[in-house]
Amino acid sequence: MSDRIDITLTINGERHDIRVEPRKTLADAIRDDCGWTGTHLGCEHGVCGACTVIVDGATVRSCLMFAVQADGASIRTVEGLAQGETLHPLQEAFIANHALQCGFCTPGFLMLAAGAIERNPRMSDAELIEVLSSNLCRCTGYENIVKAVRSAMNQMQA
Amino acid sequence: MARSPVIGASVPRIEDRPLVRGRGRFVGDINFPRQLHMRIVRSPIAHGRLLGVDAAAARAMPGVVAIWTGADLEGVSPIDFREGPNEKLAPFRQPILARDTVRYVGEPVAAVFAEDAYLAEDAAETVTLDIEELPPILAADEAPGSFSPGHSTEATLCTQDYGDIADAFARAHAVVELDLKVGRHSGVPMETRGAVGRYDAARDALELHGAAKVPHKNREFIARMLGRPQVGIHCFEPHVGGGFGIRGELYPEDMLVLLAALRLDRPVKWIEDRREHLMAANHSRQQRHRIRAAVDVEGHLLGIENEFFHDQGAYVRTHGTRVADSTCGLLPGPYRLPAYRALGHFRLTNKTPAATYRSPARYETNFVRERLMDAIAVRLGLPPLEVRRRNLISSDEMPFARPLAALGEHVVYDSGDYAGLLDKSLAAFGWEEHCAGLAARRARGEKVGAAVAMFVEKSGLGPTDGVRVVVDVSGSVEVITGGASVGQGFETIIAQICAEELGVDYAQIRVTHGRTDRIEFGVGAHASRASVMTGNATAIAAAKVRAKAIDMAAELMQAPPDRLDIVAGCVVRTDQPDGPSIDLATVAKALVPAAKTRGGREPGLSADGWFDTAHQTYPYGLQIASVKVDEETGAIAIERLLIAYDIGRAINPMLVRGQIVGGFAQGLGGAIYEEFSYDERGEPLSVTFADYLIPTAAETPAIEVLLTEDAPSPCNPLGIKGAGEAGISAVGAVIASAVDQALGMDGLVVQLPLTPQRLKAAIERHRGITTR
Repeated sequence: MSDRIDITLTINGERHDIRVEPRKTLADAIRDDCGWTGTHLGCEHGVCGACTVIVDGATVRSCLMFAVQADGASIRTVEGLAQGETLHPLQEAFIANHALQCGFCTPGFLMLAAGAIERNPRMSDAELIEVLSSNLCRCTGYENIVKAVRSAMNQMQA
Repeated sequence: MARSPVIGASVPRIEDRPLVRGRGRFVGDINFPRQLHMRIVRSPIAHGRLLGVDAAAARAMPGVVAIWTGADLEGVSPIDFREGPNEKLAPFRQPILARDTVRYVGEPVAAVFAEDAYLAEDAAETVTLDIEELPPILAADEAPGSFSPGHSTEATLCTQDYGDIADAFARAHAVVELDLKVGRHSGVPMETRGAVGRYDAARDALELHGAAKVPHKNREFIARMLGRPQVGIHCFEPHVGGGFGIRGELYPEDMLVLLAALRLDRPVKWIEDRREHLMAANHSRQQRHRIRAAVDVEGHLLGIENEFFHDQGAYVRTHGTRVADSTCGLLPGPYRLPAYRALGHFRLTNKTPAATYRSPARYETNFVRERLMDAIAVRLGLPPLEVRRRNLISSDEMPFARPLAALGEHVVYDSGDYAGLLDKSLAAFGWEEHCAGLAARRARGEKVGAAVAMFVEKSGLGPTDGVRVVVDVSGSVEVITGGASVGQGFETIIAQICAEELGVDYAQIRVTHGRTDRIEFGVGAHASRASVMTGNATAIAAAKVRAKAIDMAAELMQAPPDRLDIVAGCVVRTDQPDGPSIDLATVAKALVPAAKTRGGREPGLSADGWFDTAHQTYPYGLQIASVKVDEETGAIAIERLLIAYDIGRAINPMLVRGQIVGGFAQGLGGAIYEEFSYDERGEPLSVTFADYLIPTAAETPAIEVLLTEDAPSPCNPLGIKGAGEAGISAVGAVIASAVDQALGMDGLVVQLPLTPQRLKAAIERHRGITTR
């Protein structure tokens, strides 16, 4: 397993030339090789969604993808949402609606919601719950997460 | 300029900004130069004799630094009890690595230390265990077996009783008996456990990074177990991705990273994977109750006999028998009960060890007791609410002492108006109209029903907590506390209380917690005690700082102290709205050790505050559920759900509501979806999120919350009661009742979780009984 491969990941606009084993997950590469620790690992088997990132426009679970599969890709993580000190509407809405408690699942929910809104900026409530039910949160009971995403989506349309 | 109250305001949290930006610092994000990674080799067998561990292949692998087995930990204490040594339970403690016997699938048998986490995992996979399999004990309600020579698997009996129970049953109009089971589930936070051990030779300090819940208590017992002085050990609490009672207890893996940091002289990091978590972190809840009630002709309780079997799993962990003891002490809930006898069989099985999970013993006993009240109603032909009303403790009986104990204290309900809250809740829910609507739907063939479950919670366990409040020379305020944050909004709550007392902006207050190097004592975050204990200590410390600031400012401003107030961080004259003012920075500068202005005052604009309490406080509430059942699939849809809760005084209603709604979702998991099940060999069947089903946004209904402040606690100056456990407490109870009602099958639900398969089987069984 020691054969390493040179790859390039562009994360939040920053270029990372790294050398990884083929088996290294994208999540581990983002966190350990590139130092973006905002992406969290909750299950490493693709259910909880805490590791959700956006790879070339597609929301993916970075624990289920190998880093080498993302060679050359442009990746967005939670650290890329804010513009400097200006928070993304989703981040503002999560704070205003008390949509986080421990905050561990939050980066995954933010990226899941960001990707979903980009694909469909006018989701119905049913569509919203359908999308948000793909990630797990253990603190909030989801109600405020749904409220926050709906509020951010409406604001982004305005 | 007037002060507006901060206590009671739903202000945004001060914790949130770094967390939404991905700037949190969880244990997985902590790294030190030259750190090693630990991987645990776990037993794949539920019960067996450990004959040998072959790690030769692993030792030869590049990047592997050391491999330990039980033999390497000769003389190291097993994981001890948080509240101190306990001779009777000592034989049932968990060794850090298994020695001669393995007792559950997932038990640590060897530890591999390697240069990176992937290598450690590779090496661990090559370690082979020679285990002679023994028959496992998987049921706590069957005859006990042998734990070890001379020790039965019934480690102890937990008993409490009062009144003349024989007389109560002798003169009963009716005796109602039930046999009820609560399933095995647990907190399952989204962040798995993790720990980084580091020995700082420069300061001769052993550090545990990734501590949670009770960092100070853990330091105390790490010191005891390692024979090191407490001042040479420090625990550091990073961001914690959910606690729920199970995270932050001291586990074998915590001791391993510390021992390895000392012996290998390198930092050692361990991050658990989810499969490990589901088979090695504390389970909870599993109990079977055989309960009997004696009632008079009007449905008044005369006595309850509560015999139960507590499935502790393979070892007795840090809490000892706390859950079983509380099951004895808290079962009666909000009802008057003249005589009572509890007998708990505290038994070990070959499953993951169990301990506390959010609302421990209340989730279980609320289900059992409320099922009993329903059964009494059925037996006497009374409405379920009427039976409850006839037995509720009334507000003029408060404080209400019951000759029982919980968490080492006598049970004294401090305040409450249970019937008043019931009335308010039914009105808020529109109970009468709602039930009429359900009756009409049932007449059309729909399986719909509603029910009420009542509960008494407990919070704010004492005896004492201390806080230090410091204002530095820039005027910045820091609250230093031994409390802990598990994501509940602790920093915001403490900042609000400090801001209210001191007269500063809550959002500018820095709350430092979970660090044993900053404060000597601390209660941590458990049993919903942080707001009560740390909150009141904060108010006391802040009031002292305020008094000191005003005393100093009076001299600086040449003003009478009783004409001064602190508003938005400035000392102002109350009698001269546009008069002179000075900010807290100026006051703090006047109090530095070298300042002549200080005079005879103690240096520093700072103070310690201690809060002592003789008794914990008992908040109370109820849940109302309206459900629809699909008889064909066994699926339960929750159509409406109301949680009413009297919190005494809410510091931040938005956060209280968040606690209640979030707790409900967890309770729903335990009521319908979540269960740790095992096959007949003791192999765990719930080791992924595909098998252990946590509710998602699709399963969790909208919750109506009725928050009242009718009964402030007389146990503390702020009048507050804890918020952490109200949402989860009676979920199993209320859903069980509502499902009975929906199906029109009295006493149908006798076991949680009510999975679709289990509900379908129960319906078929019930039909079989009634058609026979």
